[in-house]
Amino acid sequence: MLEIKNLHARIAEDGTEIIRGLNLTVKAGEVAAIMGPNGSGKSTLSYVLSGREDYEVTEGDILYNGESILELDASERAAKGIFLAFQYPVEIPGVATMQFLKVAMNEQRKYRGEDELTTPEFMRLVKEAAGDLKIAPEMLRRPLNVGFSGGEKKRAEILQMALLQPKLCVLDETDSGLDIDALKVVADGVNALRSPDRAVVVITHYQRLLDYIVPDTVHVLYKGQVIKSGDKTLAHELEAKGYADLIEAAA
Amino acid sequence: MNMQQAIKMTAAETALVDAYTAQIGDLPGDGAVLSLRDTLVHELRTAGLPTRRVESWHYTDLRTLLRAVPAADPSAFADRADAVVPGSSVLAVRSGQADLKSLPKGVTARSYTESLIDGSAVAGLAVLGSDDAIGRINGGLVRGGLEIAIAEGTELEAPLEIQVVQSHGHVHTRFPVSFGAGSKATVIERHLSTNADPSFVSSVSDVTLAEGADVIWIIVQQQGAADTHLGQIRFDLGKDAKLHLFIINAGGKLVRQEIHGRTSGEGADLTLRGINLLGGESHTDVTFTLGHDVPHTTSTEIIRNVVFDRAKGVFQGKILVAKDAQKTDAKMSCNTLLLSDDADFSSKPELEIFADDVQCGHGATVTDIDHTQLFYMLARGIPENKARAMLVNAFVAEIVEELEDDEELVEALEGIISAWLEKHA
Repeated sequence: MLEIKNLHARIAEDGTEIIRGLNLTVKAGEVAAIMGPNGSGKSTLSYVLSGREDYEVTEGDILYNGESILELDASERAAKGIFLAFQYPVEIPGVATMQFLKVAMNEQRKYRGEDELTTPEFMRLVKEAAGDLKIAPEMLRRPLNVGFSGGEKKRAEILQMALLQPKLCVLDETDSGLDIDALKVVADGVNALRSPDRAVVVITHYQRLLDYIVPDTVHVLYKGQVIKSGDKTLAHELEAKGYADLIEAAA
Repeated sequence: MNMQQAIKMTAAETALVDAYTAQIGDLPGDGAVLSLRDTLVHELRTAGLPTRRVESWHYTDLRTLLRAVPAADPSAFADRADAVVPGSSVLAVRSGQADLKSLPKGVTARSYTESLIDGSAVAGLAVLGSDDAIGRINGGLVRGGLEIAIAEGTELEAPLEIQVVQSHGHVHTRFPVSFGAGSKATVIERHLSTNADPSFVSSVSDVTLAEGADVIWIIVQQQGAADTHLGQIRFDLGKDAKLHLFIINAGGKLVRQEIHGRTSGEGADLTLRGINLLGGESHTDVTFTLGHDVPHTTSTEIIRNVVFDRAKGVFQGKILVAKDAQKTDAKMSCNTLLLSDDADFSSKPELEIFADDVQCGHGATVTDIDHTQLFYMLARGIPENKARAMLVNAFVAEIVEELEDDEELVEALEGIISAWLEKHA
């Protein structure tokens, strides 16, 4: 589903190279964890995948279902089924959460040549998904993410993911700022979306989230490259020993 | 020392004086009214239109900016437009002539032309000061308008829309409006042009709120792209009176909207909100002065500007707190979204405080679209042009939503804003 080949990417503004020859393959149905110390390029990878213009790809390619997505802007990638759950969901005063959800769902449908949702259809979908994630209707009446607690913001991200039904989900540090109860709700939401035709990339600094979203593969990122790949036991190893040994071995 | 040479009049100044001379036998009012008109036009002839050297006109050099004034055309006619909020009582002034239809209970109105003819208008025609160019032009040329009184205790269920509509030529109107004690009303003062031919419009509203009156007054300016609009609203807030004054500028080529008010009774409160939607080559100026004249009065002012193309905007806000106006609480802010490299906005907030126990503050920001917000919306599949339009709309929608008690009104104002944005964004 996702194939990243010798990817090099830099910050557009100052030319600093962050991703330096990254290779990664994620198959449909797979949950892949990307782990790594601070500054290894984890968040940059999530932005480059989703098409943020602050980063430039200088070499290599990203194939999604066999096709390069480098020429597509962020909204086209999203409409094709790539979803980024933000580490820091953005507050947008003046845009009501419900209005935002409806516009996003219908714009994606339009792009794919599907009929737009009617208001009753939309309301029904939101009500169901919000209930599963324990999101109160009052929260949906507020402007998007404005005044939401950390946990509410992360649940709102998963709600968007559930409604948009993406094919490739990229979760950037979704566990940051969550207490254990909120973490379980979010993990349940992600696990509910696991399916044979969907891939999930979980970017995380800590092992903790991977107790709840159990990965099929684990990849260690360091200085913009994958330096080691393995199964879920690799995550436990890292938790016990830290990154130092691996980094030394790779150097 | 400074012996003023007789100035050489600009084309616009000549046209204004000529318009007066041509109509002189025909303008309503004689005696004191006519004599005052003569004085005002004489002042215009000798002082000229204000330039940037006049402090209150520094950012709007009217003498330079007003290149031409269209000829007055007494035969110009315009149909009335649909009300902003469905179900409003519409009092239309078409091409300067008041059209009085059935009035809601508790409201009386008469044509301002009659007040000019019987001379009762004369006191209100005086200018506010030597820099009051709008008062001077309007006082010289005013033909019509409405004098409206809302009786004590009246609560209007539907908005009252004062509609000034013209196709071209000159329109000069006045609206003295008094709200009786304890009355509650929403008034929409609407200015619009029905076609693209140039209009020259001046309008002065003079609003008084008696004790405990609670008024929402909305100025909706939708002139054409060739029009000059000079608007002024004066207000006086009595004890515990509340005025929510909301101004939307969504049209015009050269626009100046002045707001001059005072709190004269304790407990009076002003909420001023302004939305300037600016595009093309237009120049729009909102100038505000407020005197907190007595203790325990409050005001908040928020101006939001969206500037496209080569448009220029100005906000001047001056709050004066009198020496014994202790416990005044005033907060003023002006936020601008500049959406093109050639767009321009000047903001000049001023506080003059003579009391020592007050809370006053002001702030101004100028920004572009927030790129993090834009990326977030794109990452959810919303195309860039749509995402930008939503963010611009959100920037101004926040202050419209404060009127949430009246859903129809909020919907109508949001409709005006999104229609403008669809055309310009």
